[in-house]
Amino acid sequence: MDISFFTAAVVAGMPLLFATLGEIMTERSGHLNLGVEGMMLMGAVAGFGAGFYTSNPLIALLAAALVGALGALIYGFLTITLKTNQVVTGLTLTIFGTGLSSFLGQSFIGEKMPDRIITFFTPIKIPLLSEIPVVGPILFSQDVFIYMGYVITLILGFYLYRTRFGLNLRSIGENPSVADTVGIHVDLYKYVHVLLGGALCGLGGAYLSIVDVPQWTEGITAGRGWIAIALVIFSGWNPYKAILAAFVFGGLNILGFRIQHLNISQSLLDALPYLATIIILVVSSMRNSSKQSPPANLGNAYFREER
Amino acid sequence: MLKLVKRSDMNTKRAFIIRASAVFLALIISACFILLLGHNPLEVYIALIDGAFGSWYRIQDTITIAIPLIITSLGILIAFKMKFWNIGAEGQICMGAFLASYFALSFNHLPKPLLLLIMFFGGIIGGGLWALIPAYLKVRFGTNETIITLMLNYIAIKWVTYLQYGPWKDPDSMGFPKIADFTDNALLPEVFGIHIGWIIAIALVIIVYLFIHHTKMGYEVSVVGESQDTARYGGINVKQIILKALFISGGLCGIVGMIQASGVDGTLSVDITSGYGYTAIITTWLSGLNSAVIIPVCVLFAALTKGSSFIQISFMIPQSAAEILQSMILFFVLGSELFIRYRIERRKAKKEVY
Repeated sequence: MDISFFTAAVVAGMPLLFATLGEIMTERSGHLNLGVEGMMLMGAVAGFGAGFYTSNPLIALLAAALVGALGALIYGFLTITLKTNQVVTGLTLTIFGTGLSSFLGQSFIGEKMPDRIITFFTPIKIPLLSEIPVVGPILFSQDVFIYMGYVITLILGFYLYRTRFGLNLRSIGENPSVADTVGIHVDLYKYVHVLLGGALCGLGGAYLSIVDVPQWTEGITAGRGWIAIALVIFSGWNPYKAILAAFVFGGLNILGFRIQHLNISQSLLDALPYLATIIILVVSSMRNSSKQSPPANLGNAYFREER
Repeated sequence: MLKLVKRSDMNTKRAFIIRASAVFLALIISACFILLLGHNPLEVYIALIDGAFGSWYRIQDTITIAIPLIITSLGILIAFKMKFWNIGAEGQICMGAFLASYFALSFNHLPKPLLLLIMFFGGIIGGGLWALIPAYLKVRFGTNETIITLMLNYIAIKWVTYLQYGPWKDPDSMGFPKIADFTDNALLPEVFGIHIGWIIAIALVIIVYLFIHHTKMGYEVSVVGESQDTARYGGINVKQIILKALFISGGLCGIVGMIQASGVDGTLSVDITSGYGYTAIITTWLSGLNSAVIIPVCVLFAALTKGSSFIQISFMIPQSAAEILQSMILFFVLGSELFIRYRIERRKAKKEVY
């Protein structure tokens, strides 16, 4: 294990981090959105397409976030306003996103990201911080997208635990009718955070197609959206822990490439992250402490009339 | 202000009309989409139907696609009845196909009926055991089954990839990574030009219908789905029911693996599932968890799939458009459920009495 392994682990963990943070926001509002994989794919194709046509990195990011949020809007409208079954709606969103992304992505297959964007996302050393031994090269000699990930993690953590809005949001996840009684606009909160969650998932997908790969290939997320949902549980709905979880899983992804010389079949190594997800889920269910439990009203539709 | 009022006056006919209009709406929205692509939606839809039912040969193809969808939906239905979100059909199909193929490849000297029977039960056991993993983890540790079943899909596919590129690679294929073709006695016979999977599918629909509505265990499965507390209070061993039902659920999906390997592909490959495991989630839900309705819904979806591979050539609309259309239909039907369960009333302005 050398520094380059950990540097690569951070890169590989970034799409997971964005998606995990997005799903944390969503689930905090009491909505289980299983459409993460779909929203990531939609974001990935939108980010690539916008980057490809405009050569503008900011427009690419914006497009990815917007399209991710658009996917979440479908989910939100159905589950919040029409009160549909969240599990089935989320699953359908994933199928929809997979279809839509491969439909729209057809013309991008084999295309290259414009140089301007590639340069924009080349690693930049942050003065001073990057000189810290070990941590510096791993965390602070990365690309802008990754720094954005750190900042968003900190902002969401602060928002959730240190602001009034965050408190309101958490209370909606726990008990929407009480929140409603004290005058919190439940549906508005739900919409805002489901959309925000979608935008973050979209960005997570876009990290793959804009920075990591950077190309469009069908099903580019390869199940990362589902791993992210598992990481939400693992991180106990806490953004700070999410960043750690994402890096560990990023490392696991990289590990597959690194131990190829051990003569283990590549396809079995590829199964590693999925196996690890299962193990992590089982371990977190066994722990089952009250601090780790999901928002009490996760998955239930809120009917004001049945209060 | 609008207000939702729970309704009890909804009859099957009106519910059907609401659902049908939802499907119709989805088709209209999709038509706008097709229009945007520069095609005449009416022409595309007609070509779609023609591609699916236009000739006996196309009908055979459509039915061949409907068979795995129907059986997979039956499997998913049993899990969904218990509110056990089994989205692992893909993996269960894979593992069913894996075990069936194991018998097909290593016991190819056996007489045809015997070998096929062994393969059939191999499929059930392969898929059933694979589904038992998430079921056991759920009843033992309360682990979220949605993600576990999905992770197991990826693992199963990687496993078959491993076999295909490694130990099971056909030495006679000149380096091409494929598993050896089944011998003739491991291939499903045909009736009316379609492999006998269609007879199996119809039989299974009847069996599952009888199982749910006319057996004690089927009743218990429904009760567990309604409320686990009620079930426990009624003396039902909930954990045992979940385990047994999931074995059946995965076993049905495993049969699909066997049928696809033995009736369609004539071998095992990574592409054995063709995404049926995911499409079946949609068809199961659209059928309202009713085994009798599964056949028409699945034939419709098979027609969509077959028809869109047809329009792919004539209109250059990619196959993924079918996925979009299918999920769109489900979105609309899901949304329409609100109008089946609730009536929307205008909230009257409060009149002050004094």
